[in-house]
Amino acid sequence: MSTIVITIISLCAIGIVSAVILYFVAQKFKVEEDPRIDIVEGLLPGANCGGCGYPGCRGLAEAAVKSDTLDGIMCPVGGTETMSKVATVLGREVKTEAPKIAVVRCNGNCENRPRSSEYDGARSCAIEHALYIGDTDCGFGCLGCGDCVAACPFDAIHMNPATLLPIVSDEKCVACGACVKACPRNIMELRNKGPKDRRVFVSCVNKDKGGIARKACKVACIGCGKCVKECPFNAITIENNLAYIDFTKCKLCRKCVGVCPTGAIHEVNFPPRKMETDAIKANPAAKSATTISLSQPANDTQIIAKEKNDD
Amino acid sequence: MLKTFRIGGVHPPENKLSANGKIIVLTLPEQVIIPLSQHIGAPATPIVQKGDTVKAGQLIAQATGFVSANIHSSVSGTIVAIDNVTDAAGLSKPAITIKVEGDEWENGIDRTEKIEHNIALSQEEIIKAIAAAGIVGMGGATFPTQVKLTPPPGNKAEFLIINGVECEPYLTSDHRIMLEKAEEIIIGVQILMKAIGVKKAIIGIENNKKDAIAHLQQIADKTPEIEICPLKVKYPQGGEKQLIQATTGRTVPSGALPIAVGAVVQNAGTALAVYEAVMKHKPLIERVVTVTGKSVKNPGNYLCRIGTPVSKLLEAAGGIPEDTAKVIGGGPMMGRTMLNIDSPVMKGTSGILLISDKEARRSPVRNCIRCSKCVSVCPMGLEPYLLAKLATFNLLERLEEEKVMDCIECGSCSFTCPSARPLLDYIRLGKTRTGAMLRNRKK
Amino acid sequence: MKLLVSPSPHLHSGDSIEKNMYGVIIALIPAFICSILFFGTGAIIVTLTSVLACLFFEYIIQKYLLRQQPTIFDGSAFLTGVLLAFNVPSNLPVWIIIIGALVAIGIGKMSFGGLGCNIFNPALVGRVFLLISFPVQMTTWPLAQGFAGSYTDAQTGATPLALLKEAVKTGQSVNDLLVADTFIGYKEMFLGHMGGSLGEVAAWALLIGFAYMLIRKIITWHIPVTIFATVIVFSGILHLCNPDQFAGPLFHLLSGGMMLGAIFMATDYVTSPMSHKGMFIFGAGIGILTVVIRVFGAYPEGMSFAILIMNAFTPLINRYCKPTRFA
Repeated sequence: MSTIVITIISLCAIGIVSAVILYFVAQKFKVEEDPRIDIVEGLLPGANCGGCGYPGCRGLAEAAVKSDTLDGIMCPVGGTETMSKVATVLGREVKTEAPKIAVVRCNGNCENRPRSSEYDGARSCAIEHALYIGDTDCGFGCLGCGDCVAACPFDAIHMNPATLLPIVSDEKCVACGACVKACPRNIMELRNKGPKDRRVFVSCVNKDKGGIARKACKVACIGCGKCVKECPFNAITIENNLAYIDFTKCKLCRKCVGVCPTGAIHEVNFPPRKMETDAIKANPAAKSATTISLSQPANDTQIIAKEKNDD
Repeated sequence: MLKTFRIGGVHPPENKLSANGKIIVLTLPEQVIIPLSQHIGAPATPIVQKGDTVKAGQLIAQATGFVSANIHSSVSGTIVAIDNVTDAAGLSKPAITIKVEGDEWENGIDRTEKIEHNIALSQEEIIKAIAAAGIVGMGGATFPTQVKLTPPPGNKAEFLIINGVECEPYLTSDHRIMLEKAEEIIIGVQILMKAIGVKKAIIGIENNKKDAIAHLQQIADKTPEIEICPLKVKYPQGGEKQLIQATTGRTVPSGALPIAVGAVVQNAGTALAVYEAVMKHKPLIERVVTVTGKSVKNPGNYLCRIGTPVSKLLEAAGGIPEDTAKVIGGGPMMGRTMLNIDSPVMKGTSGILLISDKEARRSPVRNCIRCSKCVSVCPMGLEPYLLAKLATFNLLERLEEEKVMDCIECGSCSFTCPSARPLLDYIRLGKTRTGAMLRNRKK
Repeated sequence: MKLLVSPSPHLHSGDSIEKNMYGVIIALIPAFICSILFFGTGAIIVTLTSVLACLFFEYIIQKYLLRQQPTIFDGSAFLTGVLLAFNVPSNLPVWIIIIGALVAIGIGKMSFGGLGCNIFNPALVGRVFLLISFPVQMTTWPLAQGFAGSYTDAQTGATPLALLKEAVKTGQSVNDLLVADTFIGYKEMFLGHMGGSLGEVAAWALLIGFAYMLIRKIITWHIPVTIFATVIVFSGILHLCNPDQFAGPLFHLLSGGMMLGAIFMATDYVTSPMSHKGMFIFGAGIGILTVVIRVFGAYPEGMSFAILIMNAFTPLINRYCKPTRFA
């Protein structure tokens, strides 16, 4: 009996002495920290995904408290809602940014862009890009090794086995930009998500002259400039034989989609057109492009659903 | 006991199929394509116009800046285009296309077989002549030779080391020139010695070229300052740092140039080109290329003009065999695969190798079993498995710490990996990115 | 013509996981033949059960739990099975072996992610699990007497190491024990005429396997030789200090799982260090720990524990022991 009592007493004594030592050590080596960091961290989702570019949520909180403005600090998961809360806590203004999404600017699937060689090295776009033109004749298009898929921290990008091109999930993508950094060919771009997720973009980054581009890929942008003339809002520019739609100016009228001779301009998530416009009647290639782009979201969900089943 | 470098190395099957094939002079093609960037450094600037007629040996593009090289027309004819041309990797690169008309040479070029022994030029004049002739490292690195011959201030060269190792399997072009142009090479070595002001030269040759060693030894007996050094066969002995260690026992420190231990390394082919440039006034417009492969009908060594389409060489060697899956410019260990066989032979093209599908295709990648074979074969004493892993995660600081910049990209690790992991592919990526990071830091 | 394009090198040595794994298995054949000669049908039954169970569990786990393409023919599960069998007595009931195989493959290897990812040698994980769970069955050693009777009721006896432990416990002089008539002698120990796990007894057969693996360049000499050297030096010093209490180096080298462990278990690719310097540290650690456990520990044998402990240090050794750099 006495053994137990002695044990209890001695353990308690050791515990108390240690606690006192710890308390004084903690006081002595206390690190003064801005208490707002903890508050801001509490507002963040706490996923520690790194999508913002900082090491975890605390990293963003520290950066937000330290800097004078919230420019360039954005939690892609929490979005504008979270950031406005952070802004109120810190007494700063937050710019409401339109939600963005990553888009794949290449439509060179197996049919549109025939394979001219076979790549047998490590499955990495960066390595293939450094080595040669790629397994097609297009030196700008998607290499299909999936560096973007590997880079995505949100599981939002998957390879479509039928087209060998990546597809971005509208729901999962938080526009963190990891894929943009990972792609050695600058195919991924962050664009405005658009009202009702509707978007119009040039799905090509080929800067070759029209003839060469067309020879390598049926759906390449050949830089003909028809879309520039058609656009009522001056949103389209052509540089290095490549059209680019400025999403801040684009009003989603879709006129450019109809005139593109190669079907390089894609529209996403629009309802089917009620009647075929004159432009489409005159140009069957554009029509097929429209169907491709319209059917794409359906494919995306199907494939993602299938992959889920596989897991 | 023959000399060799100390750590690592592998023994790929030698397959020197064309070792006994005498150098054959290739007939002139109808058209040559001369790329403006055949060397490391800035591309040359064209000084001719479309429609101009040129003679063989005429300067057509001038070196831009310090690290660059002159480019000469390799044939006589009319310039049909100065434009972008698809290169071996399928990318567009600027080049001059010349339609061949006859074979007229620039005045002053001595095309006779007569061997000139008397080196009349001074040190500066030799370097000037080498620069004017557009000579670059002929082993494949294509570093402009005149730059290598002018050591940075504060360094003193003690040795000239001539690389006659040819450690790449299949290739025999250096072997053949050492047999057939031995006397010229020895004079070239003497010229190079004068150019860098050294009293000693060592020619390193692997022991699988016994005839070349014996032949050169016989000629070099007259010149005691030139030593022929037979080396144990081991890849990558042709690596600059490995060769210096094998021949002199000196070790070049990490991140330093060979001149840090007083050595200047030149290829045997470069020595021949130097001889021709200085004694015969002939710029670098032709070279010996090995065309080989197990299924190639007539594997051989061809003397061809720079700019000759590769397809022309393949035709001469008996056409492209049915089972060809991969065309490689250079040797099988460090050469680059070619996509476009109409691309031209360049100053650094030492061989064209055709390999069949069965041999060319890589085995499926398996898990790393950490057998440490890559570590034991790495000639630089690195840990390839670790570097490849760090490169996939893009940990550039760690890569720098693990000395990724020391990697010579010899491919011994990928060659030996039982799991067929593409180690070098990833290490090269990591090295490129780490290099970019280091350059940014300097700024 | 569609050309194949890849970065250099364009050649491969032709080496593969299979070549290495089956190479080790070939190196184990002499020891296996010896064990059949010594222990009869028991050796065959135990080895066969262990190999089949390992392959079965690897297949099931890869196919249904990890949803991978099963790779049971790469030889690694086969090798784990053989090594597990070599580390147990030849009269072990089949059901215990199957449990050992499940632990070896399931916990020792697959729970870490499969081939190349495990920290501990799978066969030893299985062996140690069995040793702790079924101490009686695992330490009842049949004597080497060839094909005599059914395998489970073979005549049993103690191993030299167990005798030694017993002697030290009862205060007998080790020196006296080793010259007594009951001691079988070093020559018999070398030939393998003693009690023990089925694969570990014949030192000479294991040394033949070692030579084969060195010639085929499957392993390097560094780890086994360091272990042997450390054991000789360390047990030699102890022996010189007090010959009555500590057995000499030769006894330690030839007894128990020293040969099997040093040549086949410690050199396991996955769980041993990558650089030669690291291998020296790893080998020295195993040597010292083995002798310490054998001499001062509760168990008569310490090889398995020593290897597992040093396995845990392998990542740390890899982090700090870099290979000799070129410059």
